[in-house]
Amino acid sequence: MILESGKKLGPITIAYETYGRLDKSKSNAVMVLHALSGDAHVAGFHKGDEKPGWWDDMIGPGKAFDTEKYFIICSNVIGGCKGSTGPSSLNAETGKPYGLDFPIITISDMINAQKHLIDYLEIDRLLCVVGGSMGGMQVLQWVASYPDRVLSAIPIATALKHSPQQIAFNEVGRQAVMSDPAWRGGNYYGHSQPENGLAIARMIGHITYMSDESMEKKFSRKLKNGSYNFSFTPEFEVEGYLHYRGDNFVKRFDANSYLYITKAIDYFDLSFGDKLFPNSKEIDIKFLVISFKSDWLYPSYQSREIVKLLKARHADVTYCEINSNYGHDAFLLEFTEETRLIKHFLNRVYIYAGKK
Amino acid sequence: MQEKNNKNIRLDYKIIFKIVETGSSVLDLGCGSGELLNLLIKEKKVKARGIELREGAIYECVEKGLSVFHGDIEGGLGEYPDNSFNYVILNQSMQETKKIEFVLQESLRVGRRVIIGFPNFAYIRSRFDLFFRGKAPRTPSLPYSWYESPNVHFLSLKDFKNYCKEKRINILETYYLGKNNIIRFFPNLLALNAIFVISKPGKLEPF
Repeated sequence: MILESGKKLGPITIAYETYGRLDKSKSNAVMVLHALSGDAHVAGFHKGDEKPGWWDDMIGPGKAFDTEKYFIICSNVIGGCKGSTGPSSLNAETGKPYGLDFPIITISDMINAQKHLIDYLEIDRLLCVVGGSMGGMQVLQWVASYPDRVLSAIPIATALKHSPQQIAFNEVGRQAVMSDPAWRGGNYYGHSQPENGLAIARMIGHITYMSDESMEKKFSRKLKNGSYNFSFTPEFEVEGYLHYRGDNFVKRFDANSYLYITKAIDYFDLSFGDKLFPNSKEIDIKFLVISFKSDWLYPSYQSREIVKLLKARHADVTYCEINSNYGHDAFLLEFTEETRLIKHFLNRVYIYAGKK
Repeated sequence: MQEKNNKNIRLDYKIIFKIVETGSSVLDLGCGSGELLNLLIKEKKVKARGIELREGAIYECVEKGLSVFHGDIEGGLGEYPDNSFNYVILNQSMQETKKIEFVLQESLRVGRRVIIGFPNFAYIRSRFDLFFRGKAPRTPSLPYSWYESPNVHFLSLKDFKNYCKEKRINILETYYLGKNNIIRFFPNLLALNAIFVISKPGKLEPF
C-alpha cells in the first residue's frame, strides 16, 4: 500500500472481529472504529477474559448495535499492536520488528487499509461507520475518502482536527516515552519496553479523559492509608489510580505504537477547503454527531464545527450534546443515552437502506 | 390530515399544517419533541429539520426519526446557507429568544417564508389584568407568573405588524387564534395567539 507520506508499506495484516450475521444483500454491516488504545475486540468475552470488549454495553443482542439485526465489524488500526501491522510487527525485509523503520502513518492510511477489508468481505456499502475520539476521526475519514461506501456516520466526541492543546498533550506523552532510556531509539524489541515513559504518557492521558467533577466524585482527596505519609510515595487515591492505569497499559500496549498513532491523530485535519466533502458532490450520508458536556479534551465546540460543515452542505445531520460529568471517557460510559440516540437513528438508516 | 385525528391536534399546528406546501422543506426553531415536524413529514412529505435546546426533547425527536440540532436558536441558525428552506417555523419560540431581531433576520435569510406564531400581549384579558386589577397579565396563551415566565419579549399583533412595516418585511398571510377558534374581528383585542407568514423585504422569492 502507498501511504499518504509517499512511502510503501506491505504486506499488511489487518486483525478484525465480527459479530452478528451479514445478510444476503450484504447491506447490514456496521463498522466500529476504535480509539487510540482500543483494538478489534469490541464486545463479548474471549476465553479467559475478565472484562468484555471495550464497547460491550453497546454491541450485542437487543443493544444499540443489535447483533440480531446488524453485522458488526471492528478492526485494529494499522500502526497498532493488537494484531494489525505496526511498528512491533516483523519487517519482511529484515526479519526483525520494524521499530522506527515503520513508516509514519495517517488516519487516511488507516482507512485505506480498512477499505481492503470491506472489499475482501464484499461489502459494497457500510450501513454505518461509528466511533469515538480517534474512532470518530476515522468515521470522518471514511466519509472523506469513500463517501460512496458509507450510508451513515456517527462521529462521537471527536474533532475535524486536533487543536494545539490536544497536540500538546500528545507531544508530552511522546516525549515521556522517548526520554525513557529503555526506549533505545525505538529499538527495544528483545528487551523490556520503555515502561516508565509509556506509563507516564498513559497517566497524562487518563487525566485528560476525566473531568474535574468526575475526579472529585471518584477520588476527592481520599488517601489510601487514611493519613499523610510525609513522603513522595503515591498516597492520594487519584495517584494510585493513575499508577494502576499506567502500569496496566504497559502490559498491553506497545510504546512505538503509541508514538505512531498519536502522531497520526495530530496530523489529522479535515477542517479546511472541501476536504470532508468535495464541493461538487451531493451528500447521501446521514449523520449523528454526539458530544459530551464535560469533555474538555474534545470539547463540544469541535463537534459543532463538524455539524457546521454538514449544515452548510445541506447534509442530513442530528447533533446532541449529552449532559455527562464523565469528561472524554463519557463516550465509553454513557451508553443509556447513546443507545437511545443510536438505536433509533440506525433503524431509520436501515429502513432507508431497504428502500434504496 | 385525516378527519378522525383532527380533534387531537392543536389549533396552531392545524393552521401551520395548512400553510406548509406538500413536499417542501421546513426548519422548525424550537421544535420541542418534534410533534409538528413529525406530522408534516408523515402527511405532507416535507424535508424537515429542527433546532431544540432541551436535551430530553432531542431524544424524543430522534425516536421519531427526525434530524435535529441540539442547541439554542441563535447559535443554530448561522451555518445554513441563504434560502436553505421553503419555510422556517418560529412557533411560540420567538418571544423566548433574547436576540429577537437577529433571529428574525436570520430566519428570513435562511427561509423563503417564515411562519411565526406568538401570544398576543394586548389580548382583552391582559388589558383587564393590567388596567383594572393592576397585575401582570396571565392568560391562556401567557400562562406564566412573572417569576417563572420563559418569555423575554412581550408584543401585540399591532406591534408586530408595525415592526414588519418598519423593516419592510412582507406579510403574506395572517391568522388570529382564539382558544379553539379563528378570530375574525378586532384581533388585537380578541386573539390569544397570532400566526404570520412573512418573507424578506423586496420581491417574494419563488419556491
